[in-house]
Amino acid sequence: MNPHGIVHTDNVVLMVAVFLACAVEMVEALTIVIAVAVTAGWRRALTGALGALVLLAGLVAAIGPELTHIPLSPLRIVVGGVLLVFGLQWLRKAVLRAAGVLAKHDEDAIFASNVERLGGAAGRANARAAVIVAFKGTFLEGLEVVIIVLTLGTTGHALELATVAAGAAVLVVGAVGAVVARQLSGVPENAMKMTVGIMLVSFGTFWSGEGVHVRWPGSDVAIVVLAAFYGLVAAGLVQLLRRERPVVTGAERV
Amino acid sequence: MSEAAGSERAAPPIGRWLVGFGRFWWDFLVGDTPELTVGGILAVGVAAAITVDRGLVWMAVAALPLVVGLVLGGSVRRAARR
Repeated sequence: MNPHGIVHTDNVVLMVAVFLACAVEMVEALTIVIAVAVTAGWRRALTGALGALVLLAGLVAAIGPELTHIPLSPLRIVVGGVLLVFGLQWLRKAVLRAAGVLAKHDEDAIFASNVERLGGAAGRANARAAVIVAFKGTFLEGLEVVIIVLTLGTTGHALELATVAAGAAVLVVGAVGAVVARQLSGVPENAMKMTVGIMLVSFGTFWSGEGVHVRWPGSDVAIVVLAAFYGLVAAGLVQLLRRERPVVTGAERV
Repeated sequence: MSEAAGSERAAPPIGRWLVGFGRFWWDFLVGDTPELTVGGILAVGVAAAITVDRGLVWMAVAALPLVVGLVLGGSVRRAARR
């Protein structure tokens, strides 16, 4: 923007680029936060997400442009690896439930009695796990947003415009997320957990792959392809297990 | 809660905290499915090994999700056989 408040074409292009890039990153963070929220509660999801945002704000305030020098590859390997393993655990359980190998109600009863017996220790561990997943996802994506703003903003000498574009992306994606989250309340529990598992495994695969220098075709669009692939794998495994063994009596198929 | 128990909770020894911290991460990442942890690390390791050769990066795009899918399949089949 010049001193007369006129936005030049190159600045418009810069703002659009920053908006789109930040929107993509925010959609990824939002997906994970919503996934945690619908399965472990909004309080835990928002605790993790807000914790990550506070840490990011602190980092930006403390070291500012130096953030662009943080090596993203090791961070992606760690965050992606954790999400991959955690997502696989979810997906495995969801597949076993959908195939009738695990009886959902029985398992819930056992879990509830264990929680009662352990004085809520298992519940606290799950709560911490949910907060950590939301924190890591938000932190990594938030860091990428900060780096996009800093790199594009400083190289284009329009840091303020880049910041405005990133802020607009956060608001738009947040508003869309709020609407989408409401629509999810009617989805069956195990279908939801299956979807969450698929998404976590997809993000985990994508990020850990990027960390070890895998060049995904289509960049972030590859996450959708990965999700479709893992969806097919999960569906195939459910069918295979249903054919191989009789469904547990009284088990709820979701 | 007794006074002794209360003061114990107020100032936990660092060793106990470390054990608790380690146990949490163990349960979080390994738990009762160590094959998924090992398999996940293996999948990323395979991709990393492939991408060392720049000409084979495309192969890692297929290998990583494929190994992850196989790991999931193996773990599910293992659970079903129990």
